[in-house]
Amino acid sequence: MTAYAYYPGCSLSGMGKPYDESLRAVFGHLGLGLEEIPDWNCCGATSYMSIDEQKAVALAARNLALAEPMGAEVLAPCAACYLVLSKAQHMMTDYPAIAAKVNKGLQAAGLTYTGRVVVRHPLDILVNDVGLNAIRAAVTRPLAGYRVAPYYGCQVVRPYGTFDDPLRPQAMDRLLEALGAQVVEYPLKAHCCGGSLMGTMEDIGVRLSFLLLKEARARTANVLATACPLCQYNLEGYQGKMRRTYGEDVTLPIVYFTQLVGLAFGLAPKALGLQRNLVTADPLPAAV
Amino acid sequence: MQNGTTHCRYAEDVNPAFPAEIMTKPGGEALRDCIQCGTCSGACPMAVHMDLTPRRVIALTRAGLERDVLQSATPWLCASCYECQVRCPREIKVTEVMYALKRRAIEKGMYPKRFPVPILAKAFYNMVASHGRNSESRVVIELALRTNPLSLLKMAPIGLKLIRTGRMVLGQDHIKDPKQLQAILNAMEES
Repeated sequence: MTAYAYYPGCSLSGMGKPYDESLRAVFGHLGLGLEEIPDWNCCGATSYMSIDEQKAVALAARNLALAEPMGAEVLAPCAACYLVLSKAQHMMTDYPAIAAKVNKGLQAAGLTYTGRVVVRHPLDILVNDVGLNAIRAAVTRPLAGYRVAPYYGCQVVRPYGTFDDPLRPQAMDRLLEALGAQVVEYPLKAHCCGGSLMGTMEDIGVRLSFLLLKEARARTANVLATACPLCQYNLEGYQGKMRRTYGEDVTLPIVYFTQLVGLAFGLAPKALGLQRNLVTADPLPAAV
Repeated sequence: MQNGTTHCRYAEDVNPAFPAEIMTKPGGEALRDCIQCGTCSGACPMAVHMDLTPRRVIALTRAGLERDVLQSATPWLCASCYECQVRCPREIKVTEVMYALKRRAIEKGMYPKRFPVPILAKAFYNMVASHGRNSESRVVIELALRTNPLSLLKMAPIGLKLIRTGRMVLGQDHIKDPKQLQAILNAMEES
């Protein structure tokens, strides 16, 4: 059985819980193991890097050092975690002075980083390792009637994503098609939702997220799939505010792509955390 | 804030060491290669909200106009979407330049005051340094208390929804051994 060193990150035990639940259910169904990295720490996200870059690399490197003895690839489902862990690896390779300082810090804690672990995103694993033929074979309830806007956001595909185009990604499109869903043309698929600015500059975040939903609805989507806990929250949590601000109803269920995979595999909605989504999945086709 | 169209600059406004310093930071190396084409500003989803577009930030940085750049809201409005960076025809790491400018602004105490983004960054930084993990709800509450306490009332409805759906953890999450993490961070300070 292939197993992964699972790095859930802070969000997946909080706002992103349905992502964690659906990921575990889908990977379990496919016979893929997830073993949590022992005592992992926060990746530092975009905030830590804004204050101290070298320590931000050290935070990420501690997680990678903890994962090394597990002898498995690191699985990072949160887009920000995926970016930060990948970035730390690039920094350790490209800047020997930073690497020396980080290694000195790790040594003080009895840890070693050799750089041999590979950081992966679950979208990459499902499409390129498991493969679309195996996905199709596991589908018991094709997602007929689902018109999905495939939303990748930024940090899964940029700038360190290795498995897809940074501006016009395709992996999720192909995965959703393999589930029997109709994938709508969605030119904003890798456009920013506002990220953490939703928490600091709400008007700006609401505007960016509103544009994403307006476009998805104009493209006749009846559900939008995300690969990032912050995108998911920004897009579903502020739909009322968008309606009040722009006088336009942009109600749309916002799900994790892993929730759709699980539904197509015939897994119970509850096992996929669908009851935790704020915009009820009622407008979804009868399969839910 | 000076927007660059109504304000003259003089030799004494220039810090010639500033561009050289930014160019020593990771990602800043290629700053001189910029051809001012404006692809970054065109790609940036935040540009319409910025006092200086990313292209102008690069031009002013290269000119050594440190104060204009560091007092600007622009680096703090960068959402880290990296669209400028992957589109730049000169392969300048524009997003990384924005990070370098944020750190410089904090070091020099020149960032726009009462602007919530650096306040969030500091709250987040302190939480992770002491507990090893970030608790979303606590960061949000701390930010609100420091900037606009009344906003907590407005957040109550969505907070209740998150609690009801089991998506809000109110306690402070932490790693088992925060001292180990602090040992790493302290050892880095010694070098």
